[in-house]
Amino acid sequence: MSAAHHEEETVTEGPKVLATRGRVRTVQVVRPNPHDTSFLAATATGLGITLKHFARNLFLPLRSAKSRAKAGAPVDESWKNEIETVQYPDEKVTYPERFRGLHRLTLREDGAVRCVACMCCPTVCPAHCITIVPEESNSKSIEKRPAIFEIDELRCVVCGLCVEACPCDAIRMDTGVHAHPVEDRADAIENRESLLGRGVRSIAHQGGEGPDWRATAAEKSPSGDVNR
Amino acid sequence: MPSIWQILDFPAVKWLFLVLALVMPLASLLTWAERRQSAMMQDRLGPNRANIGPIKLKGILHFVADALKMIFKEDFIPANVHKGLFALAPVLALAPVLIAFAIIPFGPTIYPHHALTVLHPGELAIDPNAPAFADAIRLQIFSVDYGLIFYFAVLTLANYGGTIAGWASYNKWALLGGLRSSSQMMSYEVAMGLSLMGAFLVTGTLEPGAIVEHGASASLPAANPFNWLWLWQPVGLVLFFTAAIAETKRAPFDIPEGEPEIIGYFVEYSGIRWGMFFLAEFIEIVFISAVIASVFFGGWQVPFLDADGFRISSLGWALYLPHIVVVLLQFGAFGLKVVLLCMFQLLIRWTLPRFRADQLMNLGWKLLLPLSLANIMVTALIKLIFMGS
Ligand code: SF4
Ligand code: SF4
Repeated sequence: MSAAHHEEETVTEGPKVLATRGRVRTVQVVRPNPHDTSFLAATATGLGITLKHFARNLFLPLRSAKSRAKAGAPVDESWKNEIETVQYPDEKVTYPERFRGLHRLTLREDGAVRCVACMCCPTVCPAHCITIVPEESNSKSIEKRPAIFEIDELRCVVCGLCVEACPCDAIRMDTGVHAHPVEDRADAIENRESLLGRGVRSIAHQGGEGPDWRATAAEKSPSGDVNR
Repeated sequence: MPSIWQILDFPAVKWLFLVLALVMPLASLLTWAERRQSAMMQDRLGPNRANIGPIKLKGILHFVADALKMIFKEDFIPANVHKGLFALAPVLALAPVLIAFAIIPFGPTIYPHHALTVLHPGELAIDPNAPAFADAIRLQIFSVDYGLIFYFAVLTLANYGGTIAGWASYNKWALLGGLRSSSQMMSYEVAMGLSLMGAFLVTGTLEPGAIVEHGASASLPAANPFNWLWLWQPVGLVLFFTAAIAETKRAPFDIPEGEPEIIGYFVEYSGIRWGMFFLAEFIEIVFISAVIASVFFGGWQVPFLDADGFRISSLGWALYLPHIVVVLLQFGAFGLKVVLLCMFQLLIRWTLPRFRADQLMNLGWKLLLPLSLANIMVTALIKLIFMGS
């Protein structure tokens, strides 16, 4: 029952059936008429559309990039052309606020690097492009800091997971700058200094000045080995 | 000792000035114009940045940059190609187009000794051998009464360029491209030739210069736009235009080349050899435009401009101009017509999608060919009934 119903359905979608005898169906064949195969009418319509665009873009003044970038700005669009091209080095579009630009490392209030070399970001990075070599920090309350912090911007897939993973707001991608063209692959590797060079202080509050962690650790460990 | 005028009237010199100095730059400019126009049709800007210092000219210099790039690119010849034919093919594609330009009337006959005075056509009829009419320079390199046939014959050779390129490249895809190229040419050349036969019936000549000089009917002045063949042969115009675009192997008939995906016969070519194919294509666009302008749109005729100046006989109004001004106006008019027709071809190329091979064959054999035959029949009948001979 349902199978027959299904068959009926498929038949109505196909060509028009003129007669059915057993399993033989006579269908109506639709041949394109010369009007369609000569494409004359369609060609004329198409040429009209492209010519309209061409003439409009040729004779009407260019919309300025500023008026395009500022959404909702009162611009008289009716006598402007429709060209969307942004002439890049001369005009720049302002990126949205959450645009993921080049990485930067943020600073603490005292100007030291904020990263505590917790290794969360190299662990989460899907492209394995973050290399961190930690060293012991001289701060009373913070255990480590990065001695080497490198990001290979050629391998980075700009996913932003490193930023999400960072527990202390030390790495960010809010610079609004995109990766520079380089002549050598090695030049695409951002190091600690260049990452910090883009850094400003983080507005996030980083921990408190707790008790000296070395003293606490020594207290807890009978052997007094703080590096265990 | 030939005078300067006689040297200028020498065919090779005319070819140098008209084809090498005029057509070649126009064709190279077209490569820029095409990208610019297609961009504007698609709401983009197109190449507008090439510059020499502060000279930018809206990017026109891109064609210089392109030429330099193509010349200095590596001329790579793949292993196993047939070296001789591989080198011959681009020449075969380019040379015939440059030769075919010989039949194009670029402008009226110049009478250098008459340049600053008004030239009355009557004077010329009375005494064509008067000293004032000596040293005439005809702005057509090769005027023979089989002019258009000569063009068909020569341009067919250009097709060998594509086929031989495909054969010599030692590449299956190039070979298939060459095959498509020759099959496409086959289906269009017949219709192309036949669609011009109507014009032949109307004017009684196949010499583009004579068509331009006399127009369709002797009862109207040749400078009257209604005496140009577009009005007398509208079907012939559409058919010839269609077939001619197929001849240039550009979209919607770019089956032989198909740059974006179905790579064509010059896939193994690079550098300036590829550039020659490229340039040949653009020169062909200019050539087709020149033929259509000459045959269907009055060539170098400016509306209502006779040899002695503007004249509208029905109003009895006339404005006499010196010969040199008339010549410059007519020469400019021909240039303008050619450029506009080139732009129209670019418009078509960037509007229509590519035809499938079977659609192309259908169009060529089942539509253009019968229509051009019907056009000949109808034209002949009308001529027989209304003109009586
Ligand atoms: S953005 Fe993604 S890929 Fe790039 S460094 Fe961060 S985690 Fe790695
Ligand atoms: S996640 Fe943050 S704190 Fe941890 S290593 Fe990366 S940047 Fe440093």
